[in-house]
Amino acid sequence: MEELDVDPPVTIIPGVDSKKRHMGFDWGPEELLVYETCYENKRRAERGIGCPFIRIVQRDEDIYSPVLRKLFNESHSIFVGLQKSEEELPSKSRKSQLVRVSKNYRSVIRACMEEMHQLAVSTRDASLTTQYTSQVSVLSAMELIWNLCEVLFIEVATAGSLLLHLLDWVQLHVCEVDNMAQEVLNSESPTKHDKYWNVITSYVLQGRMDEARQMLAKEAIATATSRSMCRILDGLMKKMPVFNPGGTQILTEYELKWQHWHEECERYVQDGTFASSSHLESICKILLGDEAALLKQKELLTTWYHFLVSRLLYTHPMVKPAELHVYAQSSLDMFLGGDNSPEPLDNILMAAFEFDILQVIKEFSITSSNWWFVAHLTDLLDHCQLLQSHNLYFGSNMREFLLLEYASGLFAHHSLWQLGVDYFDHCPELGRVYLELHIERIPLNTEKKALKVLRICEQRQMGEQVRSICKSMAMKAVRNNRLGSALSWSIRAKDAAFATLISDRFLKDYCEHGRFSDLDLIDNLGPAMLLSDRLTFLGKYREFHCLYGKKCFSEAAKLLLSLMTARIAPCSFWMTLLMDALPLLEQKQVIFSAEQTYELMRCLEDLTAVTPDVEETDEKRLRDDGDDDETTKVEMLRLALARNLARAIVKEGTLDG
Amino acid sequence: MEKFNAKFVSQKISKSRWRPLPPASLQLPDVFATGSWDNEENKVSIWSIGDFGSLNADGDYEGDHQLLCDIKHNGDVLDMQFLDQERIVTASSSGSVTIFRHHQNNQTLSVNQRWERAHYHSGPDIPSCGSAPCTGIVCNNPEIVSVGEDGRINLFKADSKKILRTIDNADSSTLHAVTFLRTTEIMTVNSIGQLKMWDFRQQGNEPSQIFFLTGEKVPLYCVDRHPNQQHIVATGGQDGMLSIWDVRQGSLPLSLLEAHDAEMWEVHFHPSNPDHLFTCSEDGSLWHWNASSDIAEKPSFLQLAGRRNTTLSRSTLDHSNINQSLMSPWLSSDPAKGHMEITSLLPSQTLSVNSLDILGQCLVCGTDAEAIHVTRQLFA
Repeated sequence: MEELDVDPPVTIIPGVDSKKRHMGFDWGPEELLVYETCYENKRRAERGIGCPFIRIVQRDEDIYSPVLRKLFNESHSIFVGLQKSEEELPSKSRKSQLVRVSKNYRSVIRACMEEMHQLAVSTRDASLTTQYTSQVSVLSAMELIWNLCEVLFIEVATAGSLLLHLLDWVQLHVCEVDNMAQEVLNSESPTKHDKYWNVITSYVLQGRMDEARQMLAKEAIATATSRSMCRILDGLMKKMPVFNPGGTQILTEYELKWQHWHEECERYVQDGTFASSSHLESICKILLGDEAALLKQKELLTTWYHFLVSRLLYTHPMVKPAELHVYAQSSLDMFLGGDNSPEPLDNILMAAFEFDILQVIKEFSITSSNWWFVAHLTDLLDHCQLLQSHNLYFGSNMREFLLLEYASGLFAHHSLWQLGVDYFDHCPELGRVYLELHIERIPLNTEKKALKVLRICEQRQMGEQVRSICKSMAMKAVRNNRLGSALSWSIRAKDAAFATLISDRFLKDYCEHGRFSDLDLIDNLGPAMLLSDRLTFLGKYREFHCLYGKKCFSEAAKLLLSLMTARIAPCSFWMTLLMDALPLLEQKQVIFSAEQTYELMRCLEDLTAVTPDVEETDEKRLRDDGDDDETTKVEMLRLALARNLARAIVKEGTLDG
Repeated sequence: MEKFNAKFVSQKISKSRWRPLPPASLQLPDVFATGSWDNEENKVSIWSIGDFGSLNADGDYEGDHQLLCDIKHNGDVLDMQFLDQERIVTASSSGSVTIFRHHQNNQTLSVNQRWERAHYHSGPDIPSCGSAPCTGIVCNNPEIVSVGEDGRINLFKADSKKILRTIDNADSSTLHAVTFLRTTEIMTVNSIGQLKMWDFRQQGNEPSQIFFLTGEKVPLYCVDRHPNQQHIVATGGQDGMLSIWDVRQGSLPLSLLEAHDAEMWEVHFHPSNPDHLFTCSEDGSLWHWNASSDIAEKPSFLQLAGRRNTTLSRSTLDHSNINQSLMSPWLSSDPAKGHMEITSLLPSQTLSVNSLDILGQCLVCGTDAEAIHVTRQLFA
């Protein structure tokens, strides 16, 4: 076993004083039932009324947020699309495809974040506001991490373009400057606004030179004294070389240009060109990459990773991916200055800068109860062929482990379970087993839901589950006295045993009431009749009644006899069948031929011969009760058979003669 | 492909229906209702697209549909239909039939009338009868007919608390859907592949006619009647097959058309353009079936050279065309002729499209992926 990285968080169960009381629990698929036990405490004085509730403890509460449901649903289709996408594409277009998928995921996170933010703003309930606000911060952290992972692991940006991507990343997530700029521009005299220089500095820190220059131009117009200084700074900003990843420029050429520009900046600082304006001087020092000057802008930088990117921009624009973590670590140390310890988010980002994917996933899993993020990110990184070597000491690999956890969470949800199915489908090793175990436990309150679950099982050839679902639906129908419905369920599952059971119920009902129920079903069984012998008998017996009703006596007689001679009819039903033959025997014209009559007689003798040693005592007792009745029947039958035989022999003899 | 607007709504949609337009109205439909299923708390919701969606220069419909109001619904919404402009009837898995009223002045919904446990199971083993899901309803103001898993048919009249007529044991299996054939006749479909015609003028609980699929008894889940030619009925079933029936003759379907890969949940003829038919399915697809003769007739550019020739052959064709339009393409449609054009309207997805509704140029559908898709330019 690996050691635990952190102590697991403690959840307080309200109403149970854990110091004085004992708690019991039971595991569910994704939840835990917690209750107070009756276990006697030694000290009698402590006795009293305990907590009368059983509580459900859920691990992933995010799944119950209505806004996040949109995230789950939208990302589900992206996930399915990604699994279906072709792995065979040439590596370049494959990469752009994966980047597109990653961007889709991020835009879904953003949309959710915006909606959550709207809710937080619009609601008046203070507790809801805090809840929404914390969700917004979780979502924005997710997007921040995802975006960084996209740059580092999926884009696999190389020296030069790496920094451009990191700049985009910072610009996207630290956007206070835009609000500030709006505020400044809307004021009467922008250059007198106390945030004016903050705006310019912020633009410079994010490498947004054009915007910074536009802003600076206002100062040049407004203040004549600093006009020449502004022009020089403007010139520096304009001249700053920017790497063009698509162009033909060679990295060394760019480096040379940049070095040249850097020296020029340095010259101006040493000359004291901007000495008369502290603002301009500090901006020039930033351009020079002066760490002290950068750190002075802590409030504008807001985070250490912004500091890192700004620092790289003006000191090492050609930073290579492998060098990144050294700068990241020193930036973090410098920025926090030993006052604060890094927060979980800092650790996660640091792990990303160290290119330690496993650590990113692990840190996030520890700090958040949300499986969505790690499952989807891991899956995407796995599609980038980045996780092959990471095998766990339990279950399958990490991708599958996380997907299984996420999907199990979905299955625990009242209505998101349908999404879980596709996730299980794409877990090659254990997905099927998980699905089998989960799908059987879905409560089926309507047939429509049962049909949907059945379709899922049938598409995946899960015969066992199909039978079990159909059987439970059939049982439910039987309990509700809906035999027709029950039969159609067992026909769907091809469940012969259950079909026999239901057929017996039909026959019993017939014996009791003297007529069939559910004729629309029995009359139209078709090939389904062959499912079980009893069902075949039921169908054929009903056919006999139809023939009899249509006065097709000889066909009816033939069918009746064949039911017994072919041993389709259950023995217990033979007496009923023979009694059904009675009116046919008593018809004016001869229906049973001599040979058929002999067979009928043999059936009767077989039946009476068996009767004395009936094995089941219940049946025997019943027979004893109705003994008189039975003997009368047998006698009546014998008489009718004998008379029919006589008439048949005479008739056949006459015809032959 | 038509431009669809999708919105995720955090509930699985089981039914979606356009609010009918007032007679002689020229405006586009802009309000629809949806019902949810399988949620801890299910809802009936009213949505609007009119005030918020704007048409841009190209005539494309932009903007989301917005929630106007919603109300809690006890149980899954298994079927739903507008009774008139203001009232919506729903069928619930709790066995009740409810009429909701949509108050348009203050945008609220309220319960107008409810028949609790209109569908129930009864039997020797269950002395206190358990409710049975009501699976389908159909309205013909003021009459409402409901069917359920208990195989029962109920006839209600809006504004009357009493159930006017009940046919117990109308079916030995589950009745899945119902539609009006004429004012006193209805058609039901059940889970053993039968289509039954009932006449409320007849007493007793026997159908006036039974139609059935041969071979495998494939359950039928939806039924719709041709809006002008009342003898043509379309049904869809478990195997995703579309069946067209002529209820004047025979007891077997007129044609069986291979369609979806899984359960067909709804089938609808276009109400004013009935040569077009729409189906949706558990396999996540939404299809447009175009049987209108103009596809076959559409002059292609290649034929322009021999125009005279074409017109000649047209005039000879006209006779058969007249016959055909009397006959309706659905009856003459022989799969071999191939006069049917089928278009898939939604991008492929894995989760079921549960419901669809069409009115004029507009189509709305709801899915298990918790999305509502709307288009306002169906035949663009």
